[in-house]
Parts: sequence; C-alpha cells; structure tokens
Amino acid sequence: MNIHEYQSKDILRNYDVKVPNGHVAYTVDEAVEAAEKLGSSVTVVKAQIHAGGRGKAGGVKVAKNLDEVRTYAEEILGKTLVTHQTGPEGKEVKRLLIEEGCDIKKEYYIGLVLDRATSRVVMMASEEGGTEIEEVAAETPEKIFKEEIDPIVGLAGYQARRLAFNINIPDELIGKAVKFMMGLYRTFVEKDCSIAEINPLVTTGDGEVMALDAKLNFDDNALFRNKDIMDLRDLSEEDEKEIEASKHDLSYISLDGNIGCMVNGAGLAMSTMDIIKHYGGDPANFLDVGGGATAEKVTEAFKIILSDSNVKGIFVNIFGGIMKCDVIAEGVVEATKQVGLEIPLVVRLEGTNVELGKNILNESGLNITSADSMADGAQKIVSMVK
Amino acid sequence: MSVYVDKDTKVIVQGITGGTARFHTKQMLEYGTKIVGGVTPKKGGTEVEGVPVFNTVQEAVEETGATASVIYVPAPFAADAILEAVDAELDLAICITEHIPVMDMVKVKRYMEGKKTRLIGPNCPGVITADESKIGIMPGYIHKKGHIGVVSRSGTLTYEAVHQLTEAGYGQTSAVGIGGDPVNGTNFIDVLKAFNEDPETYAVIMIGEIGGTAEEEAAEWVKANMTKPVVGFIGGATAPPGKRMGHAGAIISGGEGTAEAKNRVMKECGIKVAKTPAEMGETMIEVLKENNLQEKCKTL
Repeated sequence: MNIHEYQSKDILRNYDVKVPNGHVAYTVDEAVEAAEKLGSSVTVVKAQIHAGGRGKAGGVKVAKNLDEVRTYAEEILGKTLVTHQTGPEGKEVKRLLIEEGCDIKKEYYIGLVLDRATSRVVMMASEEGGTEIEEVAAETPEKIFKEEIDPIVGLAGYQARRLAFNINIPDELIGKAVKFMMGLYRTFVEKDCSIAEINPLVTTGDGEVMALDAKLNFDDNALFRNKDIMDLRDLSEEDEKEIEASKHDLSYISLDGNIGCMVNGAGLAMSTMDIIKHYGGDPANFLDVGGGATAEKVTEAFKIILSDSNVKGIFVNIFGGIMKCDVIAEGVVEATKQVGLEIPLVVRLEGTNVELGKNILNESGLNITSADSMADGAQKIVSMVK
Repeated sequence: MSVYVDKDTKVIVQGITGGTARFHTKQMLEYGTKIVGGVTPKKGGTEVEGVPVFNTVQEAVEETGATASVIYVPAPFAADAILEAVDAELDLAICITEHIPVMDMVKVKRYMEGKKTRLIGPNCPGVITADESKIGIMPGYIHKKGHIGVVSRSGTLTYEAVHQLTEAGYGQTSAVGIGGDPVNGTNFIDVLKAFNEDPETYAVIMIGEIGGTAEEEAAEWVKANMTKPVVGFIGGATAPPGKRMGHAGAIISGGEGTAEAKNRVMKECGIKVAKTPAEMGETMIEVLKENNLQEKCKTL
C-alpha cells in the first residue's frame, strides 16, 4: 500500500526521524492558513500524489510570501501532473503539503528495502541525493553503500556510523545521521514497510539532518496488524476497479487492452496475458480469482471485468486444483444472467471437476465458445475481438 | 527415487481442523500420503478424517514419528507454525499459507540458519512425488510417474506444465512448488541440486516469473553444475513494472526482475526457454529428443 508524503512524514516524526514542519491542505484557503501557522520565511507548496517526479512536473514550488503560497496553491490544486510514474494520463492533485523551507547544505540518499537474495533488510545510502537511486546504481554504483541488517540485532550503531562516514556526512552531524537511520529502521520494522526511501536526506545550515522527501510503502499482508496505516489509504489514488476487486479479495490489475481475463493462480494469470499478447491480442487486465473462490466471488470478478468499457471479449482460463471447475462455471453463468453478455466469451476449463463444469456451461444456453487448451482459447478470443 | 518426499514419508498437518486443511487432508489420504497426525492448539485428543490431533508439533512428532509437516495455518500465525516445526527438528516443513507478512519470514529465515529443517514455500502448492505422496493442494490425478522433475514459483502454472507433460506421455519424478513470496525457504538452486542428484530424474523443467533474480542465479548454477537438460519458462512478460502481480514476489522494481532479462540469462546458460506457457511440454520433448532421452522418459 502507498501513502502520501505528508502521511509518511507524520509517521516518521513519531520515530524521532527529523522532518520539516508542515501541514496538509485540501483547499487554497487551508494552504494559506497552514503557511501562516508555520510562519517561516520560505514556504514550500508540494503536490501530494502517489507518484514520484512531482518536482519536474511542476508540482513543487517555493513561495516567499503568503501571496505566492496562494498563487501556487491555486495553480497546483486540481492540476493533473504527468510524471514518469503516473503514466500518460497523469494524476490529479487533490492535496497539498505546505512545508517550511530549509537552508539545504547538501543532499543525500537513504533507503531501506528487502534484499531478496539474502532475505534480509538492507539499508542503502549514497551521497548522490536528489537523483533516482536506479540512475546512481547504473552510472556510479561505487557511490552506493549497503548494510545488511540482522533481524535479531536490528540496525547496529556501527553500521549506521559506517554508512554516515561512507557518504561523507560532516563529522559534527554523524550523531544526528545515526539517530535518523535508527529511527527509519525502527519505522520500517514496526510498521511492516516494503520500501522506506528518503530522497533527498539533507544537511541544513542550522546543523540538522532531515528528510526533505519521504516515501513509505507497506506490506499489504501485514496491514491486519497496522490498522493505523490502513486508515491512511487514499482511495482516490487507486483504480476504481482495483478497489472493487480488493473488496472481494480478488487480485485485479487494470491494463490497457480489450481482452478481459479471468484466471486462477497468479502465475497462470500472468501467463494468460502473455499468451494473448503472443497471438496478437491485448489483455485488459490481470485477474487471479484465487484458490478458494466461491460462485459469488466469480460473479463479482466477472462484473468487474465487464465494467471496463474497453473490454471487447473475455477469456476465462481455469486450471482447477483447489478451485473446482463447476464453481467457476456456476459463477460465469450467474454473472452473465445478472449483467448480460453481449461480447464473445471463451472458456477453457481443466482440472478438478472439469466435466461437471463443462456440462453447466453447455446446458446454460449461453453463447460460450469452449477451448481445449490455453493456446486454443487465446487464439479464439484474439480472432473474435479483431 | 524422487526428491524430498516418497511413499514412506510420515506427515503431520498443522492447522488440521481448519476447512481447507480438512479438505486437503482427505485428498492427501486418498492419494496415499501417510498422514499420521495433525496439530491444532486446544484440539488435542480429537480426530480429523481418522487422523489423531495433537496440541503441539512436538507431541505429534513424539507420538507418530513424523518427519514432515504441511502447514495450512492462517497467515497471521503461519510464521509461528513454521518455527514450531523447525523447533521439533522435522526434516521438512511445507508451508501452503499465502499472505504471510514479509518481516515475519525474514525472522523465520534467520531463525532457521543452522537448523536441520528444510522449509518449502510459503505460498506454494506443496510437493508431490507421483503415485507415492502428495503433500499440498495440487490436483493429484494429473501427475504420472516418470522421469521429469518440475520446479516452479507458481501453483497453477505447475499444473499446466505437469498436465502438458502427462498428456504427451512423459511422467514426472517430483513436482516442487517453491512459492510466490519474496522470502522463501527453498529456492530454485536447492531443488535443481536435488534433481541433479536424483538418479530417476533425467530432465528438469523450471518455471519462474517476474520479480527478483532467483531465475538468473539458478541459470548460472545450471550452467556450472547441472548434468541434466533443463527447460525454462518465465511468466509475466507482459506485466507492467511496479505492479505486484498477485504473488507478493512478482513485481518488477527498479528495472530488476523482468521476464526479458530472465529469459536472456537462461538462454545464455543453455536452458531452452518455452516461447509460450502452452509450449512448456513441447519444448521439453524437443530437448529430450536432442538428448536422446525421449524413450527413457516415457511415463512408467
């Protein structure tokens, strides 16, 4: 799960990670009010969307007085920002972070991620702050320093110090940098983050080490024990169909194509997209109905696929293991009864209770094309939507 | 012969009184798996499908002599269930549970260092040795005894591969699902090594997906060590970057973990890659022909 920058900074404050003072604003008046409350000589107006690259897209402005805060807030609120992470359609700005400006001496990078190869959390640091870490990794990998963290010990003091020295934090600020890193690690572990990225971390003229930007992502599987994080979810940042799917425990991702897919199992669902593409079609979505789906769940899944107006045909590809083919068939029949079906539907069933499933579809009187295999089904649906 | 499990493997089911576990306990017993006990705290003394239930893994192991466990415990408690299996010094713990928090698995992995238990999964279909023992949730009937080893990060894609092989007349030794999570107990290399050492396995199919670099590392290992032919497939060539595709581990991040990169490295390392998921079986047959193994590998 993603949250906004201002929310990330609120969490970090609780862990003694230094961040600039700031307030969220939903309207221009709130923005001006927030700036007044801060009373700083320079105020930063920052667009809050779930995507990076906001600065380059014109979503971050430095205001020298309240009038400028008003002007920038008016300009940015409601604007659609297109960044390298939003896709071409961009994202509309609905919230602003009004933050006090600071006297930046130098920018650095600090990040925490899971290293899959070692199954450990790794803290990465670099003196190349403000640029994307992938870029640094590609161009000057020697400037990235890493510390692998033992989950039993946690981030050790010496590791944080070593990172701080390696990235050339000035001697007098080493203590503050270490405290910052310790707090960031505690946040990561206690809140079950999947990514914690501070880019840039800055040293300031008045001798502070603080997070100028902050990005925290969370492990969806751990939200059950982090209810406070769940409350920060901003549904307006997410795809409507994906939200609907998550309500029914369906794993759904919107794509640009016109062939709707309903599959069981993540690997088979991805491969179904691949094979549609292989035969010249374009998948409209990734959809894994999961192993324990009921007929009701399948019905909901079907409705979500049909709610996408781009969808010109549907391919159902099921290899029943836990999932029984007759359950899928019942769900498909029920869904088409409820919402009607005016587009081609190709169904491939294999595995547990396959004959039962095929009978249900045959006897339904619906216009369903059956397929003998995954390849056969993919070819059929691609030719039918052309 | 086979890998990890055979007809004599004694298995306990952790979380046996839950709905899914009950269903699969029945299925496993019908397949012939030696399910000798189950564990659910506070349900000790009861029975499920005629199998005695114990309060702790330790008690179950002492009473039944089990050497393997299959875990169906719900995600919030699954890491603890794995720890309990490790503490009881089982040879094998197979965790089916999906959605375990990553930080839990990071701790579990650390705890397991130097311990004797091999963990398979989590978030996997389990392990099956055809016609001998099925430990997990896969549909048993698609598997036929033979000489192909199967290892995969995805459940249904494993079924797809096994089905294609069986239909074409090529049985399997064992099929091992290593799971779709970013932190897992057993990786591709572990299983490839086991298949390499298994005299009954003549060729292996490895099925990966986007995310991480486990397939690349496995391919390098194959090039340096494997004496048997390997066929590969990677799911998710058309997946958009930055999106988690169902499995917690199936995500392209920071340009890492693409199907393109995995396919390239596998090819460079001499692994024949199936062009589509529908061609996993055919690709294996081509490789068997090239290696003169076609007759030797027919279903037993």
